[in-house]
Amino acid sequence: MADIRNFTLNFGPQHPAAHGVLRLVLELDGEVVQRADPHIGLLHRATEKLAETRTWVQSVPYMDRLDYVSMMCNEHAYCMATERLLGIEVPERGKYIRTMFDEVTRILNHLLWIGCHALDVGAMTMALYTFREREDLMDAYEAVSGARMHAAYYRPGGVYRDLPDRMPQYQESTWTSAKKAKELNDNRSGSLLDFLEDFTNRFPNYHSEYHTLLTDNRIWKQRLVNVGVVTPERALQMGFTGAMLRGSGIAWDLRKKQPYAAYDKVDFDVPVGVNGDSYDRYLVRMEEMLQSNRIIKQCIDWLRKNPGPVITENHKVAPPPRESMKSNMEELIHHFKLFTEGIHIPPGEAYAAVEHPKGEFGIYFVSDGANKPYRMKIRAPGYVHLAGMDEMSRGHMIADVVTIIGSQDIVFGEIDR
Amino acid sequence: MSAKLETLSQNLQSHFGDKLKSLKLALGEVTIEVGADDYLSVMTALRDEPKFGFEELIDLCGVDYSTYGDGAWQGRRFAAVSHLLSIQNNSRLRVRVFAEDDEFPSVASVTGVWKSVNWFEREAFDLYGIAFVGHDDLRRILTDYGFIGHPFRKDFPISGHVEMRYDPDQARVIYQPVTIEPRENTPRIVREDTYGDPAHG
Repeated sequence: MADIRNFTLNFGPQHPAAHGVLRLVLELDGEVVQRADPHIGLLHRATEKLAETRTWVQSVPYMDRLDYVSMMCNEHAYCMATERLLGIEVPERGKYIRTMFDEVTRILNHLLWIGCHALDVGAMTMALYTFREREDLMDAYEAVSGARMHAAYYRPGGVYRDLPDRMPQYQESTWTSAKKAKELNDNRSGSLLDFLEDFTNRFPNYHSEYHTLLTDNRIWKQRLVNVGVVTPERALQMGFTGAMLRGSGIAWDLRKKQPYAAYDKVDFDVPVGVNGDSYDRYLVRMEEMLQSNRIIKQCIDWLRKNPGPVITENHKVAPPPRESMKSNMEELIHHFKLFTEGIHIPPGEAYAAVEHPKGEFGIYFVSDGANKPYRMKIRAPGYVHLAGMDEMSRGHMIADVVTIIGSQDIVFGEIDR
Repeated sequence: MSAKLETLSQNLQSHFGDKLKSLKLALGEVTIEVGADDYLSVMTALRDEPKFGFEELIDLCGVDYSTYGDGAWQGRRFAAVSHLLSIQNNSRLRVRVFAEDDEFPSVASVTGVWKSVNWFEREAFDLYGIAFVGHDDLRRILTDYGFIGHPFRKDFPISGHVEMRYDPDQARVIYQPVTIEPRENTPRIVREDTYGDPAHG
């Protein structure tokens, strides 16, 4: 009898399916995974420690760089936690703008996820399709904040500014002919809301293309069905949230259960899986995109009819408008104090969580009354999901590890922080 | 919502009694503080008692209170703060436990109660040096292999102690003491309560 030993394989940190910098030490018996030990932290930037040395507003852009495919949702949790400590309310229009952009972000995130997940599993075309749609949504990000990804658009007390009346236009250039530029500018002639409305009308068609490509695809099903099954009990025990929990059949969605922003005023459904395998999680996320589309439509309708302030008028928190700053002594002092010293937040602690595209994203603050947080803790959903990697991949073939990583929707910016 | 929080705090008070060192209801959140000795039994009860039903541990993190309020802090230095979530009752709870010893902080591990806490405890150990007694795999998680020190402690400088560079003479990557100075653009200030109050003079 030959001496048979388990084989230890190093997966990553430079593996294309590792979604960044995951080093996974796999213990294999033949091709069957016996144990998976993720080594993380290769992207650790100590965001939480950095936040302790920055004022409350200065840390907002760090939030974009956590989960860098759902930027505004991270900012939302951060701003909600500061607002809770301050005890201030966001104006109604600000809440709707946040709701709308949270859902734009959710579609952005799910598009990247389905593109990369399919790419990992072997369906190259998906990524090309989804990046086409991501482009439009990134343009919406750009129109509102000036940046395509790292927006820093949400601020404690509301959002930085109101929605723009016009979209950035394509210019004729050596690589864009006048005819092509005109064609591209076609749906950019109106405001941002017109542009987004046009997108929401087109999106269901795109979405059905994805279904055609994947849902009944035999290879796709062979790779996903019954892979990485998580029972509801285990999902709770492992601390799963978001689509990972809903895929296992637990209808838990913070937008419904502990509503924030304007989610209690919009109409949407929460899709739930049955078997808790990768295929169910795929279906749940696919349906979430359509629901997000529905929410965006409702927000657009509301935002068209209801003008108003988008950020709190408490000038100890949000800077005053420049016009009044230049004509009014008190506003000038507020402006000066805000930009040299920052907001002071009363002592206390608060935890605020949002239904991030990946799960529950929360920020825990401890404040001692200074102009900087005393302690900030980021509760990243991917961190917990990756911790469940070992249990999910045990007994599966090595190729299924890639499927499981894909269906967990892992992004290392938030896991390593 | 607040009626629900009231009920939860009453339930906590009546069930645990003296085991609770403090119970606070602030900003729509309930926070309890327990002693290190009672920590594990309280956490188990919080999961198993149907009236609490906290099936999920959402988060656990270390906190170093040594410079809280610019030196006004009197209590113990290290705490582990967990956030629990009950799906069935739709409620949240924060539990804080202070480590008895400031030099070698340790608290009981709750990995047997919630599996999700595994990596959170490793993280708190890595960043704050809090040892979780009973954790079977307490390795560093976020910092580099062979890292020295616990970087999130308040006495650890933001710039760190060592930096890494490629040394062309030795033809390998070497560690050396940091060559940058930490720079503070905006000083940290704790203002008195009456600051900016015109009535106060």
